[in-house]
Parts: sequence; structure tokens; C-alpha cells
Amino acid sequence: MSDVHAAPPLTWELDGTSRVPFGAYTRDDLYRLELERFFYKGHWCYVGLEAEVPAPGDFKRTAVGERSVILTRALDGSLNVVENVCAHRGVSFCRERHGNVKDFTCPYHQWSYDLKGNLQGVPFRRGVKQDGRVCGGMPSDFKLEENGLTRLKVAARNGVVFASFDQDVASFEDYVGAKILGYFDRVFDGRRLTILGYNRQRIPGNWKLMQENIKDPYHPGLLHTWFNTFGLWRADNRAELKMDEHGRHAAMISTRGHAKKATEVTAGVASFKQGMQLHDPRFLDVVHEPWWGEPTAVMTTLFPSLIIQQQVNSVSTRHIQPKGPDAFDFVWTHFGFEDDTEEMTRRRLRQSNLFGPAGFVSADDGEVIELSQEGFRQKPFYRTIAELGGRDRSDSDHMVTETLIRGMYGYWRRVMEAQP
Amino acid sequence: MMDFDTFNQLLHLYAEYSAAVDSSDWDKWPEFFVDDCSYRLQPRENHERGFPLATLSFESKGMLKDRVFAIRETLFHDKYYQRHVVGVPRVLAADGERIRAEANYAVFRTKLSELTTVFNVGRYIDTVRRTSAGLKFESRLCVYDSEMIPNSIIYPI
Repeated sequence: MSDVHAAPPLTWELDGTSRVPFGAYTRDDLYRLELERFFYKGHWCYVGLEAEVPAPGDFKRTAVGERSVILTRALDGSLNVVENVCAHRGVSFCRERHGNVKDFTCPYHQWSYDLKGNLQGVPFRRGVKQDGRVCGGMPSDFKLEENGLTRLKVAARNGVVFASFDQDVASFEDYVGAKILGYFDRVFDGRRLTILGYNRQRIPGNWKLMQENIKDPYHPGLLHTWFNTFGLWRADNRAELKMDEHGRHAAMISTRGHAKKATEVTAGVASFKQGMQLHDPRFLDVVHEPWWGEPTAVMTTLFPSLIIQQQVNSVSTRHIQPKGPDAFDFVWTHFGFEDDTEEMTRRRLRQSNLFGPAGFVSADDGEVIELSQEGFRQKPFYRTIAELGGRDRSDSDHMVTETLIRGMYGYWRRVMEAQP
Repeated sequence: MMDFDTFNQLLHLYAEYSAAVDSSDWDKWPEFFVDDCSYRLQPRENHERGFPLATLSFESKGMLKDRVFAIRETLFHDKYYQRHVVGVPRVLAADGERIRAEANYAVFRTKLSELTTVFNVGRYIDTVRRTSAGLKFESRLCVYDSEMIPNSIIYPI
């Protein structure tokens, strides 16, 4: 047996976080540590919306990090999250993605659990009578209450549900912090949500690249022609970038410009199409909603697992489910509000054409993330440059900066470099 | 339910549609539809659970033309070939104005210098209208089993 050598630490040029080593995206040992330290300890991960499990007995199968979990609404109305691994032989017993049940029964040996994960029954626990004697059975000290499913800690705020394997995690509100919680509550203000549907895509890139994509206001006006041409997101839009005190969560807040005209931010930008007119302008039939306040778009990242999208009338949660260092599943849940008119629902659905795995705007995010990962793989000794706007990590009142990415890696380094 | 000549026209419509979207002849794609058409690409999950969201949801020929412009000019993507294999249509109803039909499809994707993979598999659910210019899609709903999309879908299915 050879010794297990500690993985060599990453080298950070300039000793800051403006140059991220490619190894941070490709190394399996670091990825395993990320799962332990971000997804399974000390953090809240998104699991779904209460509107997905409205009735007692409803469940939804989802994931925290790489671990399969089930969000349930128990018969007493409480929300629960349990791990999808049978206590007996480890069977990942729940195969349906959603449904309504009275309890869960593992198909292998019929161990059954209530919706809170309590073990209810074990076949032949007291043995089987045969020829006047009792054969088999579980040992007398076997206790049902000690052999339930792993139960996660649950936090629900205004219809959004989070879970943590870490029973000692801070409260959800402390975890998000007051500054970003305000942007969370802006979308989720307690109104009942209605589910419009799902989109799922597997993106062959490291999961952090999607967090970075939504902390990067540099690219939308350049990569996304629709955004800059129609003023939805341009470098000269009024904007603010904010992060929590740790640098892990962030909000990009933008107000749509009125002019579609060419200026210095579009001059020379290959993707700006001055003469572009839609054949059907209903794609951008934007109606201001009172709850927005002034901003027309706020993109919020909750580290490590969630993006909350409000881009004009289209709202969604985007759930990051990592699958090894080189891929993640990205699950979009589009929703509306209970007081939406039929016309508003139609509008939200029309604007959803901009987003998702085929969206006029979002499809190319997945494409460039895939290509970044390819580059990282082939040149593992190299690093990115995230120095637009300088090398510091502070909030900003404009979007010509990569400060939020630097902020996230400040947090990442503190957690990942800490001695266990 | 339908005379052979009409069935033959339906086969022709399906074959021409596949040929157009497999040969990157994007300008032809909207012309398979009537003006007030519907084209939707929807995961089977949403379809079966009654959720209205579709991955793409277009409500006019104009929207299809906007998609063509996006494919050509605005949507950055890694270029790929696609190849449709479409089953024989199953005609559900037909009258003097419309035909309702379904067909299974499989689309393979081949990125340049890469192996061919199964990209999107599902079922077309179509309403076809008889027009003076021949059969046109009034609506084409692509309900796909391949709910986990391999990164992105750029070209029409």
C-alpha cells in the first residue's frame, strides 16, 4: 500500500482571486472536497418549491450535491427532506420523480418508511413460526427508531424549500444575509406560486462556471445579442452588483435602458445588430410589474446550488446538481404567481423562449461553459483572468467588472484552504 | 379514413421537413407552416403533467423566422449536423380541412470531429391543414423523451 499523498495546493497568481487556476475546475480531489464542504456541510441547498408538493403525501425526488433526496409533504402538512437510500441494503428506492404516497416501501425487502423517513415496519422482524418454533427475526435490540432514513434539516421561506445534511447549519436567514435576503424576498414575497414547468439540461462543465456565469455582467452584452440589441442587458444600463458579507451569494441588479441606439458599448461589438427587428415582437412584450421596483432584472446566486432568475416577466429557479468535476445538471423550474392573469401567464411563457437549454439568450451560456471546460482540461497548469474592474472584491454601482467572481473565490479559498 | 393520394402528400410533407432541417436549409423551415401556426418543443414530463412550459414555444410564422435569424446571426453555438429518422405517420383523424397525425422521431447529433450521439427522441403530434399551396403544419408539437438535454438545442427538431 502506498501512502495517500496530500494533493498539491493550487497556485494562485498574485495571491488573490483574480486569476483562478484551471485545476479548480478539473481536479477530482478538489471536487470531492467541494461536495463535503459546500454541498453537504455548513450550507443550505435548494430542493424545490412548496407549490411542487402542495398536498399531504406529495413528494418530489431531487438532489443535494450528488446525493438523491426526496422532498415530502407529510400527512401533518410538514415539509421533510429525506435521503433516498434504504437503511437496510442501501437501495435508492424512490424511482418516481414525483407523486403522492402514504409511505415509501423499498422494493428489495419491503422495509417501509413514513413521509418523514421514520422506519415503520420490517418484514419478519419477529421471525417466522415454523413447526412450533420461531425462526429468524431481527435481534432483540434492533429498534425501528434507530434505523430510519437520513433526515435533512429543512428551511422554507415564502414557498422556497432548502435542505442541509448539516444539522448545525446556521439559520437560512443568517446564511443568506440581510442584503441578499432582500432580493430573495423581492421575488418570493409570500404570494402563492404556480408551477409552469421544467427544463433540464446536462452541461459538460464544472458547476462553478454556472455560478460565475450569473456573477459575470461582462458577458451578457457581448455574447447575448438579444440582450444588448433590445437594451435588456447592456454595459451602459443602470446597474448594481451586490454580495453577502462572505462573497458567496450575489445579486446582479439591472434596469433596462430605453434607447436601442448604438453607442460606445455597442460600437465594435460583433453581436450588436443595429437593424434587427423581430418579426413577432410578442417575444418582448414586457409589462412592468409593481413588485419589481425600479430594476427590470435581478439575477441572484445563492451559493452553491441555486440561481433565482427575474428577467422582465420571466421568473424561474435554476438548480445546480453537480455530476463530477466536468459536468452538472441544470434544472429550470419556471413559475408564476397565483394572482397572474391568463394574459400574464401567456406573457411569462412567451418570454421563457429567451431562457432554458434552447433559449434565444441562455442556450449560448451552456455552449461557452462547455468550451471553457475543454480549455481547462487541455492546459491544466494555466489560469483564468478575472480582472475587469480591478482585482478587489467589493460591491459595484456599474457592471463593467468581474468583482463578484473574485468575491466568490475569496470565499471558496477560505473554505477550501481551511485545515480540517 | 384517407385516400392514398392524401397519405402520400402527408409522407411528402414529413420527408421534405426532415430534409430541410437536416441540410441546414433554415429558410425553408417556416414555409412548412401556415401563418398562424404553432411550433412547440416540449419535454414529455411537462406534456404529461399538464404544465404549459415548453423548451421552445412559437405562435406564428414570424416567430419561426426570428428563430432562423437567431440560428444564423445571434445564437452562439458549437456547430453540429443533425439527422432525423421519422417513422411512418399514424393518422388519427382527417377531414376536408385538416389531418391529425403523429409520428415517432429520433434525431442524431454529430459535432465536427466527434462521434455521433442520440440527441433528441420523441413524438410529433401534428395538425396539418390543406391549403392551396399543399399541406402545411397548423401545429407541430414535438414531445421529447430525452428530457435531459445534452447541453443545448439550437436547430429546429
